[in-house]
Amino acid sequence: MSHIVIIGAGECGARAAFALRERNFEGQITLVGAEEHLPYERPPLSKDALLNRLEPKLVSDAARYADAGIEVLTGLSVESIDPAGKTARLSDGEILAYDRLLLTTGARPRPFPGLSGANHRIRTLRTHSDAVAIRAGLQPGAHLAIIGGGFIGLELAATARKLGARVTLVEGLPRILSRGVPAELSAVVAARHKAEGVEILCGVTIQELSEGPDDARIFTEDGRTIVADLIVVGIGAVPNVELARDAGLVIDNGIAVDAHLRTSDPDIFAAGDCCSFPLPHYGGRRVRLEAWRNAQDQGTLAAANLLGTEEAVSAVPWFWSDQYDLTLQIAGIADGATQAVWRHVAEDAFILFHLDADGRLIAASGIGPGNSVARDIRLAEMMIAARVRPDPVALAAPGTKLKTLLAA
Amino acid sequence: MSNWVEVCATDEIDEEDVIRFDHAGRTFAVYRSPDDEFFATDGLCTHEKIHLAEGLVMDDIIECPKHNGRFSYKTGEAKGAPVCVNLKTYPVKIEGGTVFISVA
Repeated sequence: MSHIVIIGAGECGARAAFALRERNFEGQITLVGAEEHLPYERPPLSKDALLNRLEPKLVSDAARYADAGIEVLTGLSVESIDPAGKTARLSDGEILAYDRLLLTTGARPRPFPGLSGANHRIRTLRTHSDAVAIRAGLQPGAHLAIIGGGFIGLELAATARKLGARVTLVEGLPRILSRGVPAELSAVVAARHKAEGVEILCGVTIQELSEGPDDARIFTEDGRTIVADLIVVGIGAVPNVELARDAGLVIDNGIAVDAHLRTSDPDIFAAGDCCSFPLPHYGGRRVRLEAWRNAQDQGTLAAANLLGTEEAVSAVPWFWSDQYDLTLQIAGIADGATQAVWRHVAEDAFILFHLDADGRLIAASGIGPGNSVARDIRLAEMMIAARVRPDPVALAAPGTKLKTLLAA
Repeated sequence: MSNWVEVCATDEIDEEDVIRFDHAGRTFAVYRSPDDEFFATDGLCTHEKIHLAEGLVMDDIIECPKHNGRFSYKTGEAKGAPVCVNLKTYPVKIEGGTVFISVA
């Protein structure tokens, strides 16, 4: 094998490129990305990138790509893939021949239904340039309206308050963070936002958005009009599957891959936000994860499998969110839990352990200031991977060192 | 020239665990390995300046609590993404049941 092409230059693609070299691949590596920047970390975009980090936080600087012999083509997209001829056509007309291909095309913000074209006062947040544009609109006293009470919207709300903006957040469901976060944790988050002066409106259906020269407006179904200087829509993401679909690959809520991250074409793999894969520990159900660490883990794993390792996905899903001084961390997937065990960590920090009917730990969700729950969540993740059935009484007892339950 | 600073009593650090130690405006992480040896490194992760003492010690690895960057706390070696810059390590000595580190 002499040439591996990676399409999509985010966290996952960059990680995969370096991991190929770490595994002593000596052939050619080409990493293609549509953005003008070298691969950068996206988590800061809703936080530091709006406050004090004006340049993207690069995954690696240019010198490390050069040292590793990784060719990075920025500002170029791939227009088509020919799986039979094993080539990819770039937006500048160049044709890249590959021996194996990795798709790390990521996801893009889900657009607000019916909203079209370029809007200046109605935006989404996914890229560094999105963050730059939003930052420009967040002067002290400006009114920011956020649509969607998920991680992006809430992190943006916290950052906007730090910048002195007035913030209204509109969520269609009865509570914020209803996807994947237990109600006990979302209540803590909601209370904190209210204490910081964010107006949170739940259960509100939006009828229409409009943009004028001086403001942007949300019209709700119950007859309210919210007038803002800037609206940011954070209602989830859709995987970038078009390239794969047009190449004839199987799509199933993302580019469908097997446990080795291989698509329906044996020489094409996919990893990160763009792919759906069978999740171990949860009966092999097909999921798609939009998370930073998943991007890293799958990039690393895809590199191994591109080189013929045949190693299956084994990571337990894990993600976090930072808002104000609060950090929320979740390991595993709580769907299917029949019992939740509360563990007191500190006055303002706790963890919920989610057990299934067999008493197996399948998820843990924690929240607290700083990294107060981090160590225990990490241990919970290891317990989930080890499929242990911990004693609920021991889990709840603050004096129990979770390390001692790993072998349970 | 070494500059030995008293950290704590040996029994204040559990085996396979870590504590934070602040001294003269600097912050360190001091470890006790599963085989009962003591080590010291800079206290902050080289990725995003998070206190490593809130992380998890597993064998000779310290894992950052924020993004799971891993280092050998014995050598300071960064063990892969997201960390690529090694941790600085410091000499440790035990005298009369007390842990000292050399911060010079």
